[in-house]
Amino acid sequence: MSDLRELYQQLILDHNKNPRNFRVLDPADRFAEGYNPLCGDKVQIYLQLHGDRINDIGFQGSGCAISKASASLMTETIKGKTLGETETHFKNFQAMLTDPSSNLDLDQMGKLFVFAGVRDYPTRIKCATLSWHALRAAIENVQTPITTERDNS
Amino acid sequence: MNSPLDILTLQPPEPVARPAQPFDVRRIRADFPILGQQVQGRPLVYLDNGATAQKPRAVIDALSHYYTDQNANVHRGVHHLSQVATDAYEAARRKVATFINAASDREIIFVRGTTEGINLIAQTFGREQIGEGDEIIITEMEHHSNIVPWWMLCREKGAKLRVIPMNDRGELCLDTYQTLFSSRTKLVSVVHISNVLGTVNPAREIVQIAHAHGVPAHIDGAQAVPHQRVDVRALGCEFYTFSGHKMFAPTGIGVLYGCETYLDTMPPYQGGGSMIQNVDFDNITYGNLPNKFEAGTPNIAGSIGLGAAIDYLNSIDFDGAAKYETNLLEYAHDALRGVPDLKLIGTAERKVGVISFTLSDIHPHDVGTILDQAGVAVRAGHHCAQPIMKHYDIPAATRASLAFYNTREDIDALVSGLHSVRKIFG
Repeated sequence: MSDLRELYQQLILDHNKNPRNFRVLDPADRFAEGYNPLCGDKVQIYLQLHGDRINDIGFQGSGCAISKASASLMTETIKGKTLGETETHFKNFQAMLTDPSSNLDLDQMGKLFVFAGVRDYPTRIKCATLSWHALRAAIENVQTPITTERDNS
Repeated sequence: MNSPLDILTLQPPEPVARPAQPFDVRRIRADFPILGQQVQGRPLVYLDNGATAQKPRAVIDALSHYYTDQNANVHRGVHHLSQVATDAYEAARRKVATFINAASDREIIFVRGTTEGINLIAQTFGREQIGEGDEIIITEMEHHSNIVPWWMLCREKGAKLRVIPMNDRGELCLDTYQTLFSSRTKLVSVVHISNVLGTVNPAREIVQIAHAHGVPAHIDGAQAVPHQRVDVRALGCEFYTFSGHKMFAPTGIGVLYGCETYLDTMPPYQGGGSMIQNVDFDNITYGNLPNKFEAGTPNIAGSIGLGAAIDYLNSIDFDGAAKYETNLLEYAHDALRGVPDLKLIGTAERKVGVISFTLSDIHPHDVGTILDQAGVAVRAGHHCAQPIMKHYDIPAATRASLAFYNTREDIDALVSGLHSVRKIFG
């Protein structure tokens, strides 16, 4: 079971049980939804922006421990960060999980390093990256002048 | 097959004479090479039979034999191999007809699987017979493959779906079913055994009620054929569909049974070679049954593999296997009731070895991953039956589904794995 402890580390279990920033932001400047139709995982991301900076972030949704903890730790990581810094985090997270040649370490990844073990479970990588893709969708709406859907109901 | 019991394939599948050797799971397991393998360093515990069943050596050998010794395209060939392949292909069709007790092998249409079978009915019978304001009756417990083709047809034609509800045990409310009929009801299409709940629906009664209203019926038998004998004439349905791969045959081959009077009047499904009698640019006449519904080169190897799977089922004590499975299901239910916070989804009085459950608020994907580390293969998700998930107000469920080669040790490994899940999630 040592492999499983690598996947289901205490930090992940904690964020699954007590997700941070698990709330609707009202009002929100940006909203995007991530949905994995194959497994049914859903995540909604709410952003409040101050210029180039993510002032506040909230999320809602349902999914497995990996997807929920990933969304929770993502919100902790990027709250207060600029959009540029957020994009770097996105790329690093993606590389850590999908690029075998990447050797990102704890120093670079911070708490997100807890998901390094997901790389060994190919069927679960999409669970960890779902919220990040939803976040990017929300941010990209900032760059393209599309009115974001608000779904607070 | 070298078994002297081959003769049984030529007889109706009534529980008359059964093979001499009673069902013995140890002997049966030796017929399935894959069951000997290790996963994550542990013996494979395969409990995902509802998704696809494993294949006995006899089926694997039949495929190998076909490609090694018999491969040629079927029909119209004048050379030796073409005749050999055609004979093997048509022999497989006769085996299917006998297996489900169809009146004629002209009523057996080879398709890719249950899904294609249902789409075929929707696109031929459905498009011709169902129009604006007409109604199709299905149930709350359908697999998406018995919802989406009808929904698409309804969208195209302006027709409506009427849905038989189920109770919380996962049994259909037949009283409500009776009230869903109107003068516009054109078809009843109901699942025989639910892929999530394991419920065995009273298919014969459902068909009889449909007939009392003058409505034809289709029964989706995907989950039924691996678990019990099916007799389409006893059921009385106009259409019956199933997939080979869930009954120990290869993927990519399945069967649409249609009673001849219906198939005869239905338009073709796809156009192409094999399904015609005569083609010129002004006029085309279609072929006879079953060719009319089999355009293009069929899945010859798959059909022969399906025939081999039927031979295999006839060579074992299939009724004994079904009884063994029922006992194993009871054992599993008892064992799972000992796991705290486990809730069974589907507790119908008549059910087969399809066991869905939730475990506390732990997501089924996490359950599935942890079980996989113990070598236990289960399925996690909505099982292509989202309306059932909605009924129980859950996003997903974990499903362990049995075949007759599973053992009590397999169930014990599942239960032990579930205890590990609870331990990890505290």
